[in-house]
Amino acid sequence: MGDSQYSFSLTTFSPTGKLVQIEHALTAVGSGQTSLGIKDTMLMGFVCVVAANGVVIATEKKLPSILVDESSVQKIQNLTPNIGVVYSSVIISESPVFCCSGMGPDFRVLVRKSRKQTEQYHRLYKEPIPVTQLVRETAAVMQEFTQSGGVRPFGVSLLVAGFDDKGPQLYQVDPSGSYFSWKASAMGKNVSNAKTFLEKRYTDDMELDDAVHTAILTLKEGVLTPAEIDDYLAEVE
Amino acid sequence: MSIFEYNGSAIVAMVGKNCFAIASDRRLGVNLQTVATDFQRIFKIHDKLFVGLSGLGSDAQTLYQRLVFRHKLYQLREERDMKPETFASLVSAILYEKRFGPYFCQPVIAGLGNDDKPFICTMDFIGAKELAKDFVVAGSASESLYGACEALFKPDMEPDELSEVVSQALLASVDRDCLSGWGGHIYIVTPDEVREKILKGRMD
Repeated sequence: MGDSQYSFSLTTFSPTGKLVQIEHALTAVGSGQTSLGIKDTMLMGFVCVVAANGVVIATEKKLPSILVDESSVQKIQNLTPNIGVVYSSVIISESPVFCCSGMGPDFRVLVRKSRKQTEQYHRLYKEPIPVTQLVRETAAVMQEFTQSGGVRPFGVSLLVAGFDDKGPQLYQVDPSGSYFSWKASAMGKNVSNAKTFLEKRYTDDMELDDAVHTAILTLKEGVLTPAEIDDYLAEVE
Repeated sequence: MSIFEYNGSAIVAMVGKNCFAIASDRRLGVNLQTVATDFQRIFKIHDKLFVGLSGLGSDAQTLYQRLVFRHKLYQLREERDMKPETFASLVSAILYEKRFGPYFCQPVIAGLGNDDKPFICTMDFIGAKELAKDFVVAGSASESLYGACEALFKPDMEPDELSEVVSQALLASVDRDCLSGWGGHIYIVTPDEVREKILKGRMD
């Protein structure tokens, strides 16, 4: 393997111009492989949809065993509160490659750093940090971890959803530190299916309720038959 | 004698209907000796935001440079102008940063915010904000400015009347203060335009 001699240092470019560890990290996030015999319980999928008047984040809360205390499982974190609604949240695709507990902690590090950033911004300007600024700062942290010595890149991609003067927004931040803005996106298990589904269902003039429905439908895509989806929706309504 | 009154200054900002005025004197002295008669104390941050810096002239200039620096970085980063409220918090933070070796300046901030709502505010030299709905004053002539503004202020003035009121308040006040004066410099800011005037008063 040509890359292997360059994988000793996490931050050294290979002759092909790649940072191998970044690629590995992206694989960790994207493929959601059921490695090490861990069942798909920890490979949760996330769906995020931006509506006209809000933004929805949805994820399954499927537990590995009925013995797990479900109140202890939290996949979505708030970064700043905003008058009764979630101002800005981060989700991580915890699809693990190395082990199931390997990447969750990475997420918490990023959450802690991002929260500190929001507080610093608030202390200086006395107003909540705009979503773009928070994303940029978080992405800068992730980039730093691809260039510094003695560290490895984060094994997570983030979906950051928030609301500010520019309205509802959704961003994805990758381990390399690059970030993109989405109208709707999915992450983790079944990404490609979910994204295709979202492409079909998404419209620009969606209301929040429609977005919630679309998000749930996307999560259930591939798992349920169309008839089951109808039943499910009837139940939700 | 206080370091705040070493150079002498008078600054006033007043709110009108969808507009505001900010004015200052033009003298720079060393105690009772006048050194310059065209000293600038009011600075433009962007089209709808002005800051006046009373107190020690040298610190005012340095502080202005730092404020412009911070605002330009903000503009590049966030691709927008700062709201007056936000700018006031920034000035406050910058001043308090130097809590134990302060800038000897008392800033006056005036701007038009969202929906062109006027905002005025002043703070002490270590950044304690004081918000007002009508007018704010600062500088060695502040005591007489308070009196003049209280007597002359009316709510919801149109730009022309506001300009007249602020000018009269300033000129009347600096005549009662030995350390400020030598005419005035006034900006009237409305949503569409900025009017700048140089006033002549008792030039002694």
